Amino acid sequence: MRQSNRIPGKGRIDRERPVRFSFDGRDYEGYQGDTLASALLANGVRLMGRSFKYHRPRGVMTAGSEEPNALVEVLEGGQHTPNVRATMQEVYPGLAVRSQNRWPSLAFDALSVNDRFSSFLSAGFYYKTFMWPRAWWEKVYEPLIRRAAGLGSLSGRHDDARYEKAWAHCDLLVIGSGPAGLMAALTAARAGADVILAEEDREMGGRLLADAPEIGGQKGDAWAAGVLAELGALPNVRLMPRTTVTGAYDDGTFGGLERVGLHLSAPADVPRECFWRIVARRAILAAGALERPIAHPDNDRPGVMMASALRAYAHRWGVDPGRVVLFGNNDSALQTARALTSEGVRILAYVDPRPGIAVTEEFPVYRGEVVGTTGRLGVKTVRFRHKGGVSEIAAETLALAGGWNPTLHLACHTGAWPDWDASLSAFVPRPGMVPGLTVAGAAAGHFSTAACLEGGVAAARAVLSELELKIPETAVPQAEDGAYDIAPLWSVEASGRAWLDFANDVTTKDVALAAQEGFASVEHMKRYTAQGMAPDQGKSSNVAALAILAEATGQGIPATGTTTFRPPFVPVSIAALGAGGRAKGFAPERRTTSDPASRRMGAPMIEAGMWFRPSYFPREGEATWREACDREVTMVRQAVGVCDVSTLGKIDVQGSDAGRFLDFVYTNMMSTLKPGRVRYGLMLRDDGHVMDDGTCARLSDRHFLITTTTAAAGLVMRHLDFVHQAFCGDWDVRMMSVTEQWAQIVLTGPKARDLLNAVLQDPAEAKDLPFMGYAPGCILGVSGRVFRISFSGELGFELAVPARYGADLFDRLVTSARELGGGPYGMEALNVLRIEKGFITHAEIHGRVTAFDIGMDRMMSPKKDCIGKAASQRPGLRGPEREQLVGLQPLEPQEALTAGAHLYDRDAPARSEDGQGYVTSVGYSPTLGSWLGLGFLKNGRARHGQVVRLDDGLRGRKVLCRVCDPVFLDPEGGRMRG
Amino acid sequence: MRITCPCCGTRDRREFTYYGSEDYLDRPAAEAPAQAWDDYLHNRENPAGETRDLWYHDPCGCWLKVTRNTVTHAIIACEPVAGAGA
Repeated sequence: MRQSNRIPGKGRIDRERPVRFSFDGRDYEGYQGDTLASALLANGVRLMGRSFKYHRPRGVMTAGSEEPNALVEVLEGGQHTPNVRATMQEVYPGLAVRSQNRWPSLAFDALSVNDRFSSFLSAGFYYKTFMWPRAWWEKVYEPLIRRAAGLGSLSGRHDDARYEKAWAHCDLLVIGSGPAGLMAALTAARAGADVILAEEDREMGGRLLADAPEIGGQKGDAWAAGVLAELGALPNVRLMPRTTVTGAYDDGTFGGLERVGLHLSAPADVPRECFWRIVARRAILAAGALERPIAHPDNDRPGVMMASALRAYAHRWGVDPGRVVLFGNNDSALQTARALTSEGVRILAYVDPRPGIAVTEEFPVYRGEVVGTTGRLGVKTVRFRHKGGVSEIAAETLALAGGWNPTLHLACHTGAWPDWDASLSAFVPRPGMVPGLTVAGAAAGHFSTAACLEGGVAAARAVLSELELKIPETAVPQAEDGAYDIAPLWSVEASGRAWLDFANDVTTKDVALAAQEGFASVEHMKRYTAQGMAPDQGKSSNVAALAILAEATGQGIPATGTTTFRPPFVPVSIAALGAGGRAKGFAPERRTTSDPASRRMGAPMIEAGMWFRPSYFPREGEATWREACDREVTMVRQAVGVCDVSTLGKIDVQGSDAGRFLDFVYTNMMSTLKPGRVRYGLMLRDDGHVMDDGTCARLSDRHFLITTTTAAAGLVMRHLDFVHQAFCGDWDVRMMSVTEQWAQIVLTGPKARDLLNAVLQDPAEAKDLPFMGYAPGCILGVSGRVFRISFSGELGFELAVPARYGADLFDRLVTSARELGGGPYGMEALNVLRIEKGFITHAEIHGRVTAFDIGMDRMMSPKKDCIGKAASQRPGLRGPEREQLVGLQPLEPQEALTAGAHLYDRDAPARSEDGQGYVTSVGYSPTLGSWLGLGFLKNGRARHGQVVRLDDGLRGRKVLCRVCDPVFLDPEGGRMRG
Repeated sequence: MRITCPCCGTRDRREFTYYGSEDYLDRPAAEAPAQAWDDYLHNRENPAGETRDLWYHDPCGCWLKVTRNTVTHAIIACEPVAGAGA
């Protein structure tokens, strides 16, 4: 494929390295260094997309990230990416690009019929039209509109490509590498500051690459190359090309999106993108300025582009634009026309409405305005009005130069507003908008090259003096310092639709209509018309739109103001933003030391917090988990079971005031506990509700070990630290989490002592260990701890050994337990065992219950204050109106109960105002041959024996249950004490 | 946002857990009237401007009283709570 529109010998492209790529299935050739947009233009392809609403043919408007029109889809499968700006996608061998929002093809799009009905489709059309019947909105109108309007499509597949996140720190972040940015970076770098220079483009140099003004007697790009060579050689400088700084945040933090692999043929061994958090002591925003179009009828055809983009395509990429009409209203436009002419581009007409415009140029100059274009899929002729009437001339390209908007977005990201500068007809930044950030160069409204160079140096010097670094002598090279005269022209008075926001198909009429219908504030106009809400966020159109709104309302531009600038400056893929936050990066996995053994035994693992715990240990012949669970429960009740409970939080508490401290955080007394004894403890929040429960063992006089529930381990640690540091910092007590350091394994059942003796070096050590007792013990030759506690209601021990011995201990206990007719049991059986005993977990102490509710009011020691005590005595937190913990047994034992179901009086309707309570835990008890439940019931303790209705609206279950004490089995506790 | 922990230096806010107003440091006596407990537990100012609140530095376990501005997001001071209420 010939590159018919390529100017021989011109441009910063590598003609030795041709690159083949495809667009809508057709093969093209570009060169290394091309963007998709430049390569397509070089091949004479102007039509690159269809517009959002009217499906109008559209071509590329810009040469940068602000591109509103030329959005395409790239890649396949999970990596498929819509709305890629052709101006940002670099070509690489094999790149396959598809146009979007068209059917059946880009050149013939059936939905371009919308354009014929455009007079009906103006702003607000959808709101006004698709109102009735109301039910149709979701089912008919919205899907229809979504199909017709829109941008690219989503693959619906998981993107499994690599993305990364990274942090960087520096003294100075320079954003943009044009003349201002380069001078700023150079000045700071020579002073020894740690500098990061971030540039959105693949190459550094900014506009010096696109129009190469003379600097210090050199071509601008050559000068830039020299500066970059110096910067690149300095160890204190990091150059970050292909990195868009996307947002300014508090404390000098900036977001940056680096396109690491998007320009490489897949599969490249690099991430696709990297999202940077850059922390900078100071920052200089030197992001340049964006040229804006002028609204005139049919200003949206392929072939219409910004004059600066035209210049970039010609100079940097050697693209021949064909015959050009240039429509401008400022001196920069005139300069562009001169530069283009000197490069051999044919300017057929330079059209400028300014009264004083000189006509003595090398190209025809007309004082006037462009009033229209023709050409179905691209500009064929341009019509303009001038003194002598209306002329229509044949041209391929219409270049618009409506003035420059400083790229000050980042300066506004933390909530500050820019000032209107009437002489520039543009918003300019004010000092101090973002603390620590200075704006320099064109971004600050200084448009000449000389002013940019000087601005960069001045900004860097100010930073250096703030950072107390020695300011080096940096000579500012000579450069062009032309004045910038502009006569604001937002839209041309002529009949026909004139586009403002190309990406969202907003015309000048839509904005006027918004004002007329009362949406006169700029924020309302934006939402009514969708102006500035497309992927480009109105970068080239917002200012013109609010100027037209200001005209319509008569308020003037400063009073109208801008809409809010928010990050990100360019679209950021969610995959990049969330890099590292998937799967284990989202939630790390914690595994006990017995995890491999459980998996080897075929146990399905379930997540408990971040931990993985075995659900049950299946045996051959068992068809369902229930069979395994029933067997394991029975095994514990009749022989012995082994269960790893290392996930429980363990906190070591030491000091002469440890007992006093624990008295303060638990409702009950711990200071009276004798060494070698264990006590159940309940912890409240200061609002009187239960925080957590667990055991507290006194290992020695000044040494306690407390346990927490698995999920609340971190919370309790934080709480204890708070209570200590906030209320009793001078007490002699220290605490530390030792959850990870100890493996703790339960052995429980009538044969638990036999099993204990199998692993205890000297069985005498635990021979007389009473219920709720503790003794140090030598377990399989290792110093460990033996606790006699029970969460199953059977005789039980918990053995603790340093975590590195946990796997061995578990294996040995399982083997020995099997010899005794027992074995391991999982979470399901553990749950049934504790429900049978009425033991609570976080299903019950879920944050909204009090000690009174769970029947543990009497554990509140009257002899001392404790956290939560005062509030727990308040009216409303105790009494018959409270929902209280009860047991529930179905009248028909085999009728399954469901957790989460609500409780009602037997014949009451299932309405929330009739609610009596809810079910928290359920399980089938093979011991009692019945389903059992725990739940909370209004005044429940006084209602034992009554029948209530369990009503599960979600699963459609209604079960009559008898209310009973929550302890179903062995209420005297003879089994665990015996 | 970064907070300067007296033990660990300036650290990213991802290392900290927010708790609430510094009011939590002024715990009433056990026998204080209900109104005092209401104020302690529930009644809060919501200032636009300078505010003091409590943050936990998870890696080192230090509780901090952080003075910051809710409008500018500036962090003005950080001090350990230990000693403050003892």
